[in-house]
Amino acid sequence: MKYSSQAVAKPYFIFALVLLAGEILFGLLMAVQYLYGDFLFPLIPFNVLRMVHTNLLIVLILFGFMGATYYLIPEEAERELWSPKLAIITFWVFAAAGVATILGYLFVPYATLTELTFNNLLPTMGREFLEQPLPTKVGIVLVVVSYVLNTAMTVLKGRRTVITTVLITGLLGLAVFFLFAFYVPENLIVDKFLWWFTVHLWVEATWELILGAILAFVLIKVTGVDREHIDKWLYLIIAMTMVSGILGTGHHFFYMGAPEYWLWIGSIASAAEPLPFFFMILFAYTMTKERRIEHNNRMALTWAKGTAVMAFLGAGVWGFIHTLAPVNMFTHGTQLTAAHGHLAFYGAYIMIIFTIISYAMPILRGRPYGNSQKAQNLELKAFWMMNIGMLGLTLALTTAGIIQILDQRVGTELIGFMESQASIAGVYTIRAFFGVLVFVGLLTYFASFFVKEKVK
Amino acid sequence: MTERITKSMAKNIYYGGGLFALLIFLGLSFDTVQQIPKRSNQINMSESVVAGKALWEKNNCVGCHTLIGEGAYYAPELMNVFQRRGDGHEANFKNYMQGWMAAQPLSEPNRRKMPQFNLNAQEVNSLADFLIWTSKVNANKWPPTIEG
Repeated sequence: MKYSSQAVAKPYFIFALVLLAGEILFGLLMAVQYLYGDFLFPLIPFNVLRMVHTNLLIVLILFGFMGATYYLIPEEAERELWSPKLAIITFWVFAAAGVATILGYLFVPYATLTELTFNNLLPTMGREFLEQPLPTKVGIVLVVVSYVLNTAMTVLKGRRTVITTVLITGLLGLAVFFLFAFYVPENLIVDKFLWWFTVHLWVEATWELILGAILAFVLIKVTGVDREHIDKWLYLIIAMTMVSGILGTGHHFFYMGAPEYWLWIGSIASAAEPLPFFFMILFAYTMTKERRIEHNNRMALTWAKGTAVMAFLGAGVWGFIHTLAPVNMFTHGTQLTAAHGHLAFYGAYIMIIFTIISYAMPILRGRPYGNSQKAQNLELKAFWMMNIGMLGLTLALTTAGIIQILDQRVGTELIGFMESQASIAGVYTIRAFFGVLVFVGLLTYFASFFVKEKVK
Repeated sequence: MTERITKSMAKNIYYGGGLFALLIFLGLSFDTVQQIPKRSNQINMSESVVAGKALWEKNNCVGCHTLIGEGAYYAPELMNVFQRRGDGHEANFKNYMQGWMAAQPLSEPNRRKMPQFNLNAQEVNSLADFLIWTSKVNANKWPPTIEG
């Protein structure tokens, strides 16, 4: 660790991992309720399980991004973090707000929660992924402002690199597009349209900048490849991301009340969305081939390559499967969307967080050359268990989506939603088993932190 | 292939391409927001429809159902529930909705359960009005079939 203020990243990383365990656990509960409707009902209805599942995901990714930023920004800017104290305060505020919100979801009926949290003053609740009560949303704004401020001040007073510029652009975008969460128009269609400005432009534009910056940072560190070379790749990747990702928002506007021209714009632009991810694979593998150093932390590089491959599969391939308008006519609103969502979030965002944690945590724990061989071997097992688990559950959800389409949308002998879902039960059972594999993989990953180091 | 591209070229592609895409996106978005009132028959968006949307949000209906294809996949699509359960007749659909909402949760073992939301008759009426209004939105011929 070159700068002592980098240590503030540690609690962010640990908390992100704890939230990930919670996220997967709630995913498993949902997988069971999918099959046995009486499971946990009426104690925790499905919508509550799902809210906890998706909100934990969003919050853990934000914690991961913040930890990554606070770790890499001092090294990039070549100075201590502007205010480590602010970063620690922000951590506790965000953690407390996050825990309080989840407890609110679990112990207060949602309608009552809207009344208790002033939703009548400014209605913002009850929209997918943006279910948070008003005080939590205001809290998120404060946390993000503090995050952007701390990062920007550190960079402004220190060395500016391409990585820091890209990272800050991503952070500013994240902050700006979240503001749409505060505007809920009375017209459902305008509401849906603007809702995507937060949801899509976070996930398929600004967050990808942050992802690119973190990936580039880790690759520089573990391959020793010349920064100029890495910068060029980073620019090319995010250029493709921006062009395809921003106009690609149009793939959400096919069938929700927006005009017809989005059918063309969305199809063409988002057909190019796999490209930046494909380049990311080339990037990671080329840098590995051209590496100047042999870093003992081999797992960090494994995660980095894994991120590129799984993000390409999840965001790229699984996105492309249903992104052309004539196909989307049949896939819109089915389990195919869930399949894509699961692999894309895992491949791009969860894996980049594993990448930076795998690189930075050993250093933060006083092991500059990475964990022991034994610990890395265990981590590699976890890597494969989680990847296979996620691929398996994605394939299961894809199968479920296809059956759903054949049952409800193609041909003349159609059956209803509930009947169709009953016919998919076997596939949902397989999905649940792969989910368990992911969870066991995560526990194995946790265990790799506790492998005893040999005394040197 | 990347040898022929210099870092400054790559940088220009990023800023130029990004800005270009953003401007087109914002321009089209502006046009879309102008067109939505007509495509969604905003003129028919009564107070009851607006109240229904607020109830939809207050009870987090999107946490289980999809509406025009967006939401959770645990429970049926509701954009065309008006046609599916009310045959497109307002009185039939409203009758159905009053009975259906009152009957929740159904007692069939291990069927996926919908909670009892304790809405009064007027609230259920608003929710029905909201779903009827939604069913008439021009969503480019989606959903493809009555089963949604």
